[in-house]
Amino acid sequence: MATKSLKKLGSDLAQSNKQLEILSNGIFQNGELPTFKAKISETSQFPLKAKKLEILQINVGYMCNQVCDHCHVDAGPDRKEIMTRDTMRQCLEVIKNTGAHTLDLTGGAPEMNPDFRWFVEEAAKAGIKDFIVRSNLTIIRANKKYYDLPEFFKKHNVHVVSSMPHWTRGKTDKQRGDGVFDKSIKALQELNAVGYGMPGSDLRLDLVYNPSGAFLPGDQASMEKDFKKALMEDFGIEFHNLFAITNLPIARFLDFLIASENYEDYMYSLVEAYNPAAVENVMCTNTISISWDGYLFDCDFNQMLELPVNSKSKHISDFNEELLEGRNIVISQHCYGCTAGAGSSCQGVVA
Amino acid sequence: MSKPYYDAADLRKFGKITEWSEELGNKFFDYYGKVFEEGALTAREKSLIALAVAHTEQCPYCIDAYTKDSLQRGVTKEEMMEAIHVGAAIKSGATLVHGVQMMNKVNKLDG
Repeated sequence: MATKSLKKLGSDLAQSNKQLEILSNGIFQNGELPTFKAKISETSQFPLKAKKLEILQINVGYMCNQVCDHCHVDAGPDRKEIMTRDTMRQCLEVIKNTGAHTLDLTGGAPEMNPDFRWFVEEAAKAGIKDFIVRSNLTIIRANKKYYDLPEFFKKHNVHVVSSMPHWTRGKTDKQRGDGVFDKSIKALQELNAVGYGMPGSDLRLDLVYNPSGAFLPGDQASMEKDFKKALMEDFGIEFHNLFAITNLPIARFLDFLIASENYEDYMYSLVEAYNPAAVENVMCTNTISISWDGYLFDCDFNQMLELPVNSKSKHISDFNEELLEGRNIVISQHCYGCTAGAGSSCQGVVA
Repeated sequence: MSKPYYDAADLRKFGKITEWSEELGNKFFDYYGKVFEEGALTAREKSLIALAVAHTEQCPYCIDAYTKDSLQRGVTKEEMMEAIHVGAAIKSGATLVHGVQMMNKVNKLDG
């Protein structure tokens, strides 16, 4: 189990250019597998273009109480990149004026940003239709000061989306750290207790499943059924939907793929499962991802690879929705992760 | 240097069998795909059956494929090992039940 970020360890793979180099060399350079650009060109889907903005995703910092094996953010307690209140103010201006229907706060553990509660209170006033906070669950049990988070989320009608890799302790702790399963179960029970995730409740509680190793997620609907049955039988837990998300070959997951000699097989699996219908609805076409320091990206993955938006509007301070619409999406081979099988996005399958 | 009979990378080329006999190959893959669809049994249950049979057939390609398929369907390693024991139990049972034939023969020949 990891305890430090790749960045802290001084790993080569903490550098985004090194990751991009790996993704462009080897099997993609020698033509064994087609590049993503070549693949989407086959169905005349290149260049991939942004449609109308629907989702604003804000990464409020890379600090996290957990160090998950496959984190694409390379998040952890040692990461110091944190969004300031000034940048949050700039985000609020955008939130007030945007045509987007969804605001999605992520991290790291977003709750660890010292201005998190202030930001949620202010953002909730903008009356955006769907206000998501991606909570890792264990943060709710990490320290007394977080114990009231379920009530806080409820007060602001926040839609809680949480990672839960499996309904068994062994598989969950292997991926996310010892004790994570028990704390997550407790946190889910507390969310249920205030009304989150209950049948018919407006307090939305969705879970995110991503595979614990070098394989793709199974069918989302079947997995949801299995999760619901097991969590109800074993712990009396209710939740609304399960989002099945594919692990993208970047950051710590890329490091794992290479170290375990699974990289080539995994890329083959992604390319073989390529689905042009998923390309139609891939999330970068309706999302803007904003980094802790206010820069704009096509998605959270491009943010981690430091691939900025291809637009004159590059920072939250010069955010221009009209200018961003129709921009060409920046792509590389990691994009195969969002177009495999039924597709993958922060909201689960797309095709 | 001698080459092994099995190469893990050959599994990816399985689809190529249609190149030398297109109609039969396609019919097989259509059938195969249909068998593993969700039906009276779930795709997850079918994956575990396939994993157990992969072992009794001792097919390394099938073991690779259905171990991965089981993982994708959220099957735990304890469930996978139990499924293999089911296969092993049937295999050993099938051996041992022939012991009755041996006993019958002994009783006939040697009273």
